[in-house]
Amino acid sequence: MAVKKIADVLKNGQGFIGFTVAGDPNFDQSADYIVAMAEAGADVVEIGIAFSDPAADGPTIMAADIRAAAAGSTTEKVFALIAAVRERTDVPLVILTYVNPVFKYGYEKFLSKMAALSVEGIILPDMPLEEQASFLELANQYDRSLIQLVTLQSKARIPDIVAQARGFVYIVSSLGTTGTRAELTTASRELVAAVREYTDVPTAIGFGISRPDQVPQFAYADAVIAGSAIVDLIAADPNGATGAIKTFVQDMKAAWQNTSNNA
Amino acid sequence: MATTTTQKAGYYGQYGGQFVPELLMPAVNAVAEAFATYRDDPDFKAELQALLVDYANRPSLLYHAKNMSAELGGAQIYLKREDLNHTGAHKINNVLGQALLAKKMGKQRLIAETGAGQHGVATATAAALFGMSAEIFMGQEDIDRQALNVYRMTLLGAKVHAVQTGTQVLKDAVNATFQDWTKRIDDTFYVLGSAVGPHPFPEMVKYFQSVISEEARAQFLQQTKRLPDVVIAAVGGGSNAIGAFSHFIADEAVTLIGVEAAGKGIQTTQTAATLTNGSDGIFHGMKSKFLQSADGQIDPVYSISAGLDYPGIGPEHAYLSEIKRAKYVPITDDEAVAAFEFIAKTEGIIAAIESSHAVAYAMKLAPTMRPEQQIMVNLSGRGDKDVAAIARYSGVTIHE
Ligand SMILES: Cc1ncc(COP(=O)(O)O)c(C=O)c1O
Repeated sequence: MAVKKIADVLKNGQGFIGFTVAGDPNFDQSADYIVAMAEAGADVVEIGIAFSDPAADGPTIMAADIRAAAAGSTTEKVFALIAAVRERTDVPLVILTYVNPVFKYGYEKFLSKMAALSVEGIILPDMPLEEQASFLELANQYDRSLIQLVTLQSKARIPDIVAQARGFVYIVSSLGTTGTRAELTTASRELVAAVREYTDVPTAIGFGISRPDQVPQFAYADAVIAGSAIVDLIAADPNGATGAIKTFVQDMKAAWQNTSNNA
Repeated sequence: MATTTTQKAGYYGQYGGQFVPELLMPAVNAVAEAFATYRDDPDFKAELQALLVDYANRPSLLYHAKNMSAELGGAQIYLKREDLNHTGAHKINNVLGQALLAKKMGKQRLIAETGAGQHGVATATAAALFGMSAEIFMGQEDIDRQALNVYRMTLLGAKVHAVQTGTQVLKDAVNATFQDWTKRIDDTFYVLGSAVGPHPFPEMVKYFQSVISEEARAQFLQQTKRLPDVVIAAVGGGSNAIGAFSHFIADEAVTLIGVEAAGKGIQTTQTAATLTNGSDGIFHGMKSKFLQSADGQIDPVYSISAGLDYPGIGPEHAYLSEIKRAKYVPITDDEAVAAFEFIAKTEGIIAAIESSHAVAYAMKLAPTMRPEQQIMVNLSGRGDKDVAAIARYSGVTIHE
């Protein structure tokens, strides 16, 4: 099916990006969650490939990776899941995993598989700018986006990082690992401003966002990302999660109505 | 200065690199810059040298183990006695260097992973000496099997965090320490304990551990008028081994042998023999060899030795193995325990179970060599920490 592009769905801001680990808690339900997010209005869905040592993730997503591993997750199974999901939705998809599973699969083979399944981008938290050259060359060849991350520490690195940006720029709003946070810093406003100086690629803020009432404060960015909050819904009640995820995504999208996009 | 096999910054052939999250990249680069600034700074070197001599008890002895040599009936065995260093292992060489660098960078808080506890003890020691705080991350399973070292760290004023994620051993402790660093970067220095991780750590750890072979080379020339034929060292991440090898790398007649932990055997899944059974991968900040599934999931590994119980190996070892400059061999739990007992009875030395892996390979190799040939075994640490666990392994009940 003709698949939407990230640049198009995020161009007017007020976007929402949801995340789930493929195979958490099993591959059938996992597919339903992804489709539910898309149906509820998620603009982009990030699909995690479980890794044995998810060092950038907090306890919530670590536990999801363990559940997915127990469900027999393999890279091929994740691709099969994506193929099934693609029959049901045209939402832009992004894979999130660590570099080793992709390296082992083979960078080129992985990217060609992404192209075949219309997966637009990939997030590899442990592949910083310094180590991207060979992957980027292949990603460009296959017209896939390596999503760049900008953090509170990036500062002088921002121009070089966003020079490579495609899809969206992931604004990491907090120190530490993934996980929901009661308090969010306001420093990401300056980060977004710094990124905007160098690129028109949309910005999406993640790390810690879990509630609709947190959304309006991020009006200066083009989208918010919620991962751990969705994983929490799955962990709490896998059978009821399809409905709960739908409601959550609708609420997050609706939360934008409480603000004007003043970016 | 150590022979360097680095080609482009942070790479040894195809191995090495800096595969860490963007969040940590500036901090890692700051360490690289500080290391580049101070490594040849005369004041820094003098300060470190004074600490090594006055505090850590260097140089360590090169001891001709005549009883062992006679009993094995072949090559002469020389022990490089890193076990006689303050805190009882080679780990202090690296820790004093990194802690001094942390001080120059104005960092107040040291964090470290530990497996056997030796690196944690050394880090806690340096923190006490420099008036810094130390927090040590240790897998729950290692806390259980290295209880003595956990208490030592506490006595030294460090806080020990039990890591209960994953397989609860060294690999998981490394994950937890990197995670802690991402939470608190500004005042914190990660004192990495082995020749692993993102650049500059493998190079920096080698630099600080090279004192082992720098001394040993001179000691051999002085005591025996020639170099050893073989240098043997146990390999966990590879810090004592790279330190024992580095000044001999250019001496092509010297055979370099790293000894990996085979655990219950390389044909089983209960092993940690990375170069024997592993394949190329990217993990813990580096491209190197890892024990992993076909899908790139890191394997749970096993060894009786908490310090060798690691699914990867430093990138320079992967490179030295690839170019065949060094050779890596597996030794099982049983062989290591037999060596632990043998060296205690023949030489009156209780060696660390990690080092006993190196001793075990020397026991195999020496009888195949001639009496005028010489083997250096890097005795990386002392075995007090292991006594209770070895007793348990041998079915002896002692009051712990
Ligand atoms: C005495 C001793 N030897 C060897 C090792 C293995 O580490 P490496 O390979 O970095 O020397 C350890 C690690 O804890 C140790 O304590």
